[in-house]
Amino acid sequence: MSAQLTVVKRPARRARYSRAFLYVFLTLMALLWLVPVFSAMYAALRPYSETQKYGIFSWPKSLTLQNFRDAWTQGQMTHTFKNTMFIVIPAIVLILFFSSTMAFAVSRYSWRFNVALLLLFTAGNLLPAQVLFQPLFQMFKHTPWPDILSDTNTGSLLGTKIAVIIVHVAFQTGFCTFVLSNYMKTIPKELGEAALVDGASTSRQFFQIIMPLCRPVLAALATLEFTWLYNDFFWAVVLINQGDQRPITSSIANLGGQFFSNDNLIAAASMIIAMPTLVVYLMLQRQFISGLTLGANKG
Amino acid sequence: MEADLTVPVTTAAPPKGRRRRRRYSQLSRGDKVTLWLMAGIPTVIHVVFVWVPAFMTISLSFTKWDGLKLGTWKLVGFANYWAVFTVFDGKFFPALFNNVILLVFLSLCSIVGVLFAYLLDKNIRGSAIYQSVFYMPVVLSLAIVGFIWKGVMYSPGQGLFNVVLGRTAQGNQIDWVGNAEKIFTFHVPGLDTPLGLTKNFAALLVAMAWRHIGYVMVLYLAGLKSVDPALREAAAIDGCNEWQAFRQVVFPVMKPINVVVFVITVIEALRAFDIIVALKSPPGTKVLGVLVRDNLVGEGGGQVGLGSAYGVVLLVLCLVFIIWYLINNYRETDA
Amino acid sequence: MNTLHKGDPVSEGYEQSPSPTDVGFHIVSRRGLIVGAAAVAGAGLLAACGSDSTTASTTPATSGGGDTTTPTTGGSPDTTAAPSGDAVTVGINEAAGAGKVGDGIKAGLDATGVPYKGNFVDHNSFQDNITSYLQQPDDVFTWFAGYRMRFFAEKGLAGDLSDVWDNLPDFTEGFKTAATGNDGKQYLVPRSYYPWAVHYRKSVFADKGYAIPTNKDELIALATKMQADGLVPFAYANDGKWPVQGTFDILNMRLNGYQFHVDLLAGKEDWTQDKVKNVFAVWTSLLPFHQENPNGRTWQEAATALENKEAGMYYLGTFVSSNSTDQAYLDDLDFFTFPELDPAIGADALDAPIDGWMMAASPKNEAGAKALLTAVGGLDFSNAVNAVDNSAVPANDKFDVSKFTAIQKKSAELVGSAKNIAQFLDRDTSPDFVSNVIADAFAAFHTDPGSIDTILSDIETQKSQYL
Repeated sequence: MSAQLTVVKRPARRARYSRAFLYVFLTLMALLWLVPVFSAMYAALRPYSETQKYGIFSWPKSLTLQNFRDAWTQGQMTHTFKNTMFIVIPAIVLILFFSSTMAFAVSRYSWRFNVALLLLFTAGNLLPAQVLFQPLFQMFKHTPWPDILSDTNTGSLLGTKIAVIIVHVAFQTGFCTFVLSNYMKTIPKELGEAALVDGASTSRQFFQIIMPLCRPVLAALATLEFTWLYNDFFWAVVLINQGDQRPITSSIANLGGQFFSNDNLIAAASMIIAMPTLVVYLMLQRQFISGLTLGANKG
Repeated sequence: MEADLTVPVTTAAPPKGRRRRRRYSQLSRGDKVTLWLMAGIPTVIHVVFVWVPAFMTISLSFTKWDGLKLGTWKLVGFANYWAVFTVFDGKFFPALFNNVILLVFLSLCSIVGVLFAYLLDKNIRGSAIYQSVFYMPVVLSLAIVGFIWKGVMYSPGQGLFNVVLGRTAQGNQIDWVGNAEKIFTFHVPGLDTPLGLTKNFAALLVAMAWRHIGYVMVLYLAGLKSVDPALREAAAIDGCNEWQAFRQVVFPVMKPINVVVFVITVIEALRAFDIIVALKSPPGTKVLGVLVRDNLVGEGGGQVGLGSAYGVVLLVLCLVFIIWYLINNYRETDA
Repeated sequence: MNTLHKGDPVSEGYEQSPSPTDVGFHIVSRRGLIVGAAAVAGAGLLAACGSDSTTASTTPATSGGGDTTTPTTGGSPDTTAAPSGDAVTVGINEAAGAGKVGDGIKAGLDATGVPYKGNFVDHNSFQDNITSYLQQPDDVFTWFAGYRMRFFAEKGLAGDLSDVWDNLPDFTEGFKTAATGNDGKQYLVPRSYYPWAVHYRKSVFADKGYAIPTNKDELIALATKMQADGLVPFAYANDGKWPVQGTFDILNMRLNGYQFHVDLLAGKEDWTQDKVKNVFAVWTSLLPFHQENPNGRTWQEAATALENKEAGMYYLGTFVSSNSTDQAYLDDLDFFTFPELDPAIGADALDAPIDGWMMAASPKNEAGAKALLTAVGGLDFSNAVNAVDNSAVPANDKFDVSKFTAIQKKSAELVGSAKNIAQFLDRDTSPDFVSNVIADAFAAFHTDPGSIDTILSDIETQKSQYL
């Protein structure tokens, strides 16, 4: 689009003042955002016995990483992290693949079911997950599944991580299709037409032209999906009844007792658990921040 | 927000004719097969595991069932719906009202999220750090979100707010999360209790904003990537100020992404329940999603019929809203 | 639709809720005789196992290791040395390695000598998901006495343990009653219990010259005096909306008696009648003696108020001590039963929830499951558990009282002297009803005590949907 426009490096005039204001504003906002997190971190660095007695915002008598150590061992995080990855990685790959193909088909081509399909996927996304829990539970329970194809021996899909993957894929494909199809609409049509002239097949267009252009949104979706699936507790717990098969979110739950819960320990556990999601964000965010230009439409 | 989204396409957008899509009939057989597979497989998965259960849930909403054994349900017609609107009117309507509040509030938050994205896209130094900070609430698990807001920020005896305000003494504490007194009320004919915004729901809104803004920011940032920087430069040359450039150049180009933000805002507002449940759903803070959850899952979830009825009501509300919007939207772009 | 549950045997079951002459009634008196008889009991257990239908292949370790208390487990954290194919699967509502309770249960199971495979799940998600869990259960699983146990038994989701009970000589009749379903068969093997009581600091009472109140006048006088001394008489919290249910239980039992309480929760009594309104009237009159705004306070914060001498008393379960590790405070902590409010009713009922074991309706390894259930009813199990976790009182009547902590001893005495034991509100009625109606209603009462008539009539209308 707008290929007739040329880039002009234009020195900012009022810029200096407004830039300074921008930094001050963003920094203030960022600090505001961090207050709750740092407060929790401060609690995580102190023993429960201390914050319990003197309050979370009292002067520290001891600062220690003991909560983090305890959270790691008592939560058996190495084990539960493996379970999580077993669910999250295949699920995300499938979600992004299926939703890309789907979004491509409905947003780049005109055929009869375009809008209907898109509506189906978008609307599916509105269903609160809990509403589907009973029927899905019974479906999985009554779907025989050979034990050899799962690492549990329940005889049905219920209780397997595969069931959790299926639910995530089915659900999140709806959301990602909706988002991706909207992003694909911002990609100029000339690209596809040019490819057609070159005699490129549909699949080549998809893989070689559209997908690379969708990198920013795929990265954003991968980040969000990783965060959600990684933090999912609901499906993992209702579908997997064996404690040692459950994902890392159950590590946090394991640290809470029937009545008493050591919140500082739980805060420490939550901080540890949040690390991978932040790392994923940092890794993927360069895909969707400024500095790189889309570029392709000028070609 | 919605009014903004329907801003007419300005000159900066490409001419309509060039946006026309490929016709299915123009494709070769191989391409047709590819396309069928591309659309078919996801559709089958989605339909089987989302829509089939959804229709089962709709069926279940006409039954009374404890969820224990298949076939033990009893058909009760519309009794569950009748119960939702009469027996539980004291729960349903306040929850619905809270959803409305949430919708308005999250729409404002979405605007802030868009603003953050726009500002962070301006090639500023340390953008990655700012972004990570704003995104952090999204990555934190609900366990810690619950602890942060209940135990650290809003705790009556030791929470940050009361510490800062000097209100931690016995008898002088502000009960942020537990106080269900209403800030304002109004009477709706036919309802026994007046509707209104409770103080603790207002407190919970802060926690939800904290999470929602980062979420919108990420999606919008990804969208901004596809705005040609040349467009902005051109706008600047034309003498547009920052606001004009955003409103007249960036925003219209971002229309499909604006749709995304709009739709997720509606979804989040109507479907919300997780932060409220993480704070153990204090009195006066129920939204429809919490009612669905309370009746369907958990130890109290023995009323599958009633819970499903709540779910169907919620679903219908969402669907009406979104279908109306999407149809309007797609009619315009696909014409 | 209101009538759907009428005549359903489940709703009739309340009458069998731990009934008069109940749980642990004879605990103390009989225990004295049995001190030191552990070996005898162990031998009895062995004999019992032998006479059970257990096959040799499922309990190879029982004959070898059953006469000692040494664990027979291998190195793996949750599997015994025996091949898992033969092992009994056990669902446990405590996480492994994350706390004393789970560790104690694990030690106890190890001590049974029956090969088992433990499925350790955190308490809250186990309880939340019990309905789905029961559709794919382990052979043996932890659960509570009370309404829900009988409900599951009624629905055919629990295995009949009557023949196991033939080999459980260590429990009093009260526990057997608590383990009995509506059909007269047993479905639970009790593990432990703990009472709800008024906690206080001995040093505070000594310093200020307070006496333990035994009736309403003394209670009011004490509370007034505490207020004059700058103390909040009662620490109070309702975060999660369950803690004040205990207060309701005790007020209702003190004012209207145990039978009325049980009938009210069974849905047989009207919530709008004067007897119930009186409970809330008394509750309202006592609220000024409690910490204000309980809805936003966790019980842990309230317990801290007691520990920091801001509050004089706290009515809660004995788990109140788990909030602190300060030994001086824990030694100073004591409790008494909630005083009498109506001389005609007395003060001989209280909440004391019982935890225990149940069997799946059709376990994969029934013989092994029953062997394990027999063993967890034995003394070896209780000894091994108590060595690790002494937060609750072992239900086993032959348990050596000299091993009790002070709190355990007092708990056993308190429960032993009570005439009627309730299980706690959410265990004595349908949890649907509690979590969707009662919990919100009680929270609303604390927001606006003046609106109690509306609240009670709402409870009464909404009750029909659940009971």
